[in-house]
Amino acid sequence: MSVDLSTDYLGLKLKNPLGIAACPPLTGDLDMLRRLEAAGASMAVLPSLFEEQIVHDELEFDRMFEDHAESFAEALTQFPDLHEYNTGPRDYLRHIEAAKKAVSMPIIGSLNGASKGGWIRYARLIEQAGADALELNIYFIPTSFEMTSTDVEQRYIDLVADVRQSVSLPLAVKIGPHFTSLPNFAQHLVAAGADGLVLFNRYVETDIDLETLKIKPDLLLSNRHEARVPLRWIAIMRDQLKASLAATSGVHRMEGVLKMLLVGADVTMMASILLKKGPAFIALLLEQITMWLEEHEYESVEQMKGSMSRGNCADPSALERANYMKALISYTMEHPSPPT
Amino acid sequence: MSSTFVTVDGNEAAATIAHQTNEVIAIYPITPASPMGEFSDTWSAQQRRNIFGTVPDVIEMQSEGGAAGAVHGALQAGALSTTFTASQGLLLMIPNMYKIAGELLPTVFHIAARTLATHALSIFGDHSDVMAVRQAGWAMLASNTVQEVHDFALIAHAATLRARVPFVHFFDGFRTSHEVNKIAQIPSADIRAMIDDDFIRAHRDRAMDPERPVLRGTAQNPDVFFQAREAANPFYDVLPQIVQETMQQFAELTGRSYQLFEYVGAKDAERAIVMMGSGVGAVEEAVEALAARGEKIGLLKVRLYRPFDIAAFVATLPPSVRKIAVLDRTKEPGAVGEPLYQDILTALAESGRLATCPTIIGGRYGLSSKEFTPAMAARVYEELNAESPKRHFTIGIIDDVTHLSLKWDPEFSTEADDVTRAVFYGLGSDGTVGASKNSVKIIGENTPLYAQGYFVYDSKKAGSITVSHLRFSPRPINSTYLIERAGFVACHQFNFLERLDMLQTADPGATFLLNSPYSREEVWDHLPQEVQRQIIDKKIKLYVIDAIKVASETGMGMRINTIMQTCFFALAGVLPREQAIEQIKQTIRKTYGKRGDAILQRNFAAVDAALANLHEVSIPAEVTSVMRRLPPVSTESTDFVKRVTAMLLDGRGDLLPVSALPVDGTFPTGTAKVEKRSIAIEIPIWDPEICIQCGLCALVCPHAAIRSKAYPQEAVAGGPEGFLSLPWKGKELPNHLMTIQVAPEDCTGCGVCVDVCPAKSKSVVKHKAINMEPKLEHLERERANFEFFLELPELDRTQTNFDTVKGSQLLEPLFEFSGACAGCGETPYLKLMSQLYGDRALIANATGCSSIYGGNLPTTPWSANADGRGPAWNNSLFEDNAEFGLGLRLAIDQKHDYAAHLLAELTSVVGENLVVPLLTAPQITEADIREQRARVAELKAILAASQDPRAEKLHQIADVLVNRSVWIVGGDGWAYDIGFGGLDHVLTTGRNVNILVLDTGVYSNTGGQASKATPRAAVAKFASSGKSSRKKDLGMLAVSYGNVYVAQIAMGSNPAQTVKAFREAESYDGPSLILAYSHCIAHGINMTTSMTHQKDVVQSGFWPLFRYDPREARTGQRSFHLDSRKPTKSFKEMAMQEGRFAMLARLDPKHAEHLFAQAQQDIDEQWHYYEQMAGVERGILDELKEAET
Repeated sequence: MSVDLSTDYLGLKLKNPLGIAACPPLTGDLDMLRRLEAAGASMAVLPSLFEEQIVHDELEFDRMFEDHAESFAEALTQFPDLHEYNTGPRDYLRHIEAAKKAVSMPIIGSLNGASKGGWIRYARLIEQAGADALELNIYFIPTSFEMTSTDVEQRYIDLVADVRQSVSLPLAVKIGPHFTSLPNFAQHLVAAGADGLVLFNRYVETDIDLETLKIKPDLLLSNRHEARVPLRWIAIMRDQLKASLAATSGVHRMEGVLKMLLVGADVTMMASILLKKGPAFIALLLEQITMWLEEHEYESVEQMKGSMSRGNCADPSALERANYMKALISYTMEHPSPPT
Repeated sequence: MSSTFVTVDGNEAAATIAHQTNEVIAIYPITPASPMGEFSDTWSAQQRRNIFGTVPDVIEMQSEGGAAGAVHGALQAGALSTTFTASQGLLLMIPNMYKIAGELLPTVFHIAARTLATHALSIFGDHSDVMAVRQAGWAMLASNTVQEVHDFALIAHAATLRARVPFVHFFDGFRTSHEVNKIAQIPSADIRAMIDDDFIRAHRDRAMDPERPVLRGTAQNPDVFFQAREAANPFYDVLPQIVQETMQQFAELTGRSYQLFEYVGAKDAERAIVMMGSGVGAVEEAVEALAARGEKIGLLKVRLYRPFDIAAFVATLPPSVRKIAVLDRTKEPGAVGEPLYQDILTALAESGRLATCPTIIGGRYGLSSKEFTPAMAARVYEELNAESPKRHFTIGIIDDVTHLSLKWDPEFSTEADDVTRAVFYGLGSDGTVGASKNSVKIIGENTPLYAQGYFVYDSKKAGSITVSHLRFSPRPINSTYLIERAGFVACHQFNFLERLDMLQTADPGATFLLNSPYSREEVWDHLPQEVQRQIIDKKIKLYVIDAIKVASETGMGMRINTIMQTCFFALAGVLPREQAIEQIKQTIRKTYGKRGDAILQRNFAAVDAALANLHEVSIPAEVTSVMRRLPPVSTESTDFVKRVTAMLLDGRGDLLPVSALPVDGTFPTGTAKVEKRSIAIEIPIWDPEICIQCGLCALVCPHAAIRSKAYPQEAVAGGPEGFLSLPWKGKELPNHLMTIQVAPEDCTGCGVCVDVCPAKSKSVVKHKAINMEPKLEHLERERANFEFFLELPELDRTQTNFDTVKGSQLLEPLFEFSGACAGCGETPYLKLMSQLYGDRALIANATGCSSIYGGNLPTTPWSANADGRGPAWNNSLFEDNAEFGLGLRLAIDQKHDYAAHLLAELTSVVGENLVVPLLTAPQITEADIREQRARVAELKAILAASQDPRAEKLHQIADVLVNRSVWIVGGDGWAYDIGFGGLDHVLTTGRNVNILVLDTGVYSNTGGQASKATPRAAVAKFASSGKSSRKKDLGMLAVSYGNVYVAQIAMGSNPAQTVKAFREAESYDGPSLILAYSHCIAHGINMTTSMTHQKDVVQSGFWPLFRYDPREARTGQRSFHLDSRKPTKSFKEMAMQEGRFAMLARLDPKHAEHLFAQAQQDIDEQWHYYEQMAGVERGILDELKEAET
């Protein structure tokens, strides 16, 4: 008996629930995309187009050309007059087009805007370039003491609504877990036009170089224990949220994929583990998942999706506070008090 | 046929023709011709094709001599080939020019005619260079306007193919090469029609080809050489006719008609001027004005100067002319007259016209772009009317020595009332010139009006002032002189009001647009008295806008260009306002579109916000200001500075008479300090609580504007309130205090000192021992502090340890306040050298950035100490600097030998106990030097009292007994390319010279052209696709000689190694070579963090640090020391921080990856080699062997 691994995400029919998260070394490279698809990946999110980065690059190059131009009679310019250099989204859009030609799996564009005009403009360009869907990679770090949580959430909601009005392709929103009431917020995002949520975004974190006393931005690869956060929230939101849900962060093993599907994820997205183990790891994972599903007599992924959501699991309170109490109890049980 | 009009400068006008009509273009950068090569290179990089359908091969050579050689070869092999040059570059081509002419090879060299270096270098225009090749056998065609440059470039290319005689096509440097003017563009079809395939076929048939072998370049003997030389005569005889016929063919295609000689003026003229070059524009205007008054005068323009067609000349000259003034834009000292004068005289004599035209006088004008105006021309005509006119005269200067000059009437003006004239004063960094060029384009290309732009720059690389002169007219504009009467004056920087007399040129009723931080209500009281007076007296309309505020609010930073441009169009009314704004935006799209949407939107926003912030100021009836314009120099300056330098600083150098100037180019040093430019917005302020006295801030300061000094405690008494001190930590100076002091008006605000400062507050990390703070808040206090700081005694040089960074920074810098770029990477090395050895240094400085910020008038940063000792500096040329420096050493050594010889002879007079130490005492430490100086002083005293005639001879040269430190300084363009042969030779001589290469990896001074020091993958001019070959390892080439001290240093990475290298190099009694990594604006980096960026440069292995000391080899020690650690960063990681590399990653990511990988391989291989040289590998193997046993 063969198991039907296919799944539906954002209205896209995927051949299996193993997608690739936005990651420059993986989805930013055409050859790697081909290898990932050959290994069995069902979709890929391209690395984000960062509007802030584009603007920064444009300003930097402009500064480089202009700062010392027309100042000194012998050197009216410092650089050759180049007509074809990449500022702006040109290369990103070309990458979408090339990726679409290189592989047959769905290709999802990812966008991180910095201004309302930028979000809309680049979303349209990504749509025109032929992406199958768009993932909005939204993050905002409030530093003002005047800004309320409602203000922050409204920014996200308005933004999703703006983009929704501008493009017709499927829209996913990738967010972080740090919202006071995630289900309510998620509902608003869906109401604003999101077809799905990607849970969760992992941010560049802050570190300090002790020798130079300088802030050092850093992004660590995920570990599999991080999967527990999306696991909980997908379980909680699955039943009531009429939208696709993608699980990302810490999905590293067959067990992780299966657990995410059980709580209601439509697709899982991986990156860190593939950076460590290479694209062929997808094939291994797919084989393990198929075997597990067969051994446990599942007919399809659709069958198991959400079968342990909050509404479908035997003990929904385990997903709430009781879960915490249980964990404590089990910890003390497993680790008796040290001898006095 | 209808023409397309474009607004271009002369260089572009020439290059468009040259690129379309040639196949091989060999180039080398030189001002003001560089843009022609740059245009060609860019077009070929863009795959723009010539009229034959191929992309010309543009190749940069190592010198102009190399370029001429390559052209010669290309011509001999049957290609169509050209080059561009000027000045010294043309001189370097002369040997090949004789060959090319001798072999009757068709080519055109396009020359932006420029002054030859004599008593001084000048980048500006005159005919001294082209006149130096008039004997080489080339046809010479002179263009007087931008349109003519375009047209004559084609006529020359067409004629040379037919005539086989090569052409020099020349036009005036800057005045024509850099003037932007509206011209009719020649369509490609017309260009194609002018180039005859039959002549190309004949050229190719003559080419060297093994299919039909010939021999050329023979050596000939007395029997035939002479005859063979005469054999080419017929080609010259027919050449004028060929050129005239080509001009006729051109006229039929384009409607623009030219003659070999052209006459304008009264048909019955009795007086005429004969001349060529841009000056004819001014004369023509004078002729029109004076002829309209009935004066019988005319102008004869010489177009084909060589071969000089006497018959055509005489035929063009009206028979009524009885008096001629020939104007030459060159000087030939000692000659009967200047070249054109002599030619005209000969032509008239040979033609028999002298009888009817007996008065021929010759005058010099316009040397080094000296202004030449219709008023001056009028004066020349007036002189011809004199009873006995000066046979040889000058015009445009005041000659109070030989009294050759003619005094002209400055009030004489030919500026027409229907011409809009506008003058814009801006900073180089605010984009004024760029916007002005765009304004010329907007009007020139979108209206029936003709438009002209000419731009004047000062000689500073930081905080430079630009003046843009724009004319718009219903007629073609040939006013080849600066605007003298303007209906519109704009001041883009408010502080210029304190220093510049901008309203001098304002017409009565003119409009004055002022970028002002003050509102329309406040601004009046902030204007100096002189400005208020001019505004009232001339009834000037004053408008203000806070353009900095608008720029800031629209994300434009300090770039106010489009804002001020919008205001100009709104006020000048050349175009309807709405149309003007639309055109400005169109131009912005064209100019900045490729930079990205963010740039466009910010510019558009700036344009849109401009007019809402533009306000007219109501002018009071009376002067109310209490402020006066600042004097150019302080009253305490030396007599020379007050008399001469002050005039230059005040923009009135043109008024200096001949007697004010030195006869041989000798100027006093130490003058930069009088020029308080005060260009910084923020300056570093010291916090002694945190300072660790490391000296790094002073070491890296490019302008010697932050200094450290240690002094006895008691010296601080009487200091101004707020003068800060700190006890000196070192034990070698007990009871001493130290101070880190900023020179607030000399600082450029680059912030490098703060960036490198390692001392941070324990409680607020961002607060360092020095911090950038607003200048205006600290100016008064720091000005007083700096004055007091200078009065504090300099530390006794014997008391500090030169070998340490902090010790070196207690020494007085004798290189200060240069005009180099803010954050310059070269000047800290020169300053360090001046601190260590400046009081006994002779410097040979190759032409380039360092010669410009080091020796371009009005001031010099090279200075002297309180004893009057300091570096003696000279710039000979670009290509000969190593040899020139060697010559200094040879002279010193010879003088030393002579002194020793005289000392021996005078032992009985001087005494053996003085003679022996004078000749044998060590001069290694500063104490040794001091003792030797004391001995020399004693010797001179003895000699002064002696009656022996040899005593006076010895007295004259006795100072040479104190060791001289000879420094040969220059950039990589000199050391790696044009001067490499000489440098290589000097290294082999074993003589005691110190060669300091300020290696920016690019021709910085001429605008970023690639040199052989340019690293692989870097984008530079002439390497716009990223340099494909690796950087030459000059250090290892020098090491290979075995007797050269070599160090590769990077101050920002390892300052201690830098100091050590200088110490070792100078102490080595033989040739030393220091390769100093010098960051540069041409790297596309943040100049504030440029010094700390050098750490990455070294950590990536891109610039390994090493020292090679032959002395150690002699004692059996390992002489190569690798001073940097194994690379810990990738090349790419470092490179992506620099625009020159990052640009390639944007331009062509795949090619960038390829070149980056190759560059990494270069680094890996080089490092491996260096490790072997340093014995690191052997050391590891030895350790392994030891471990095994």
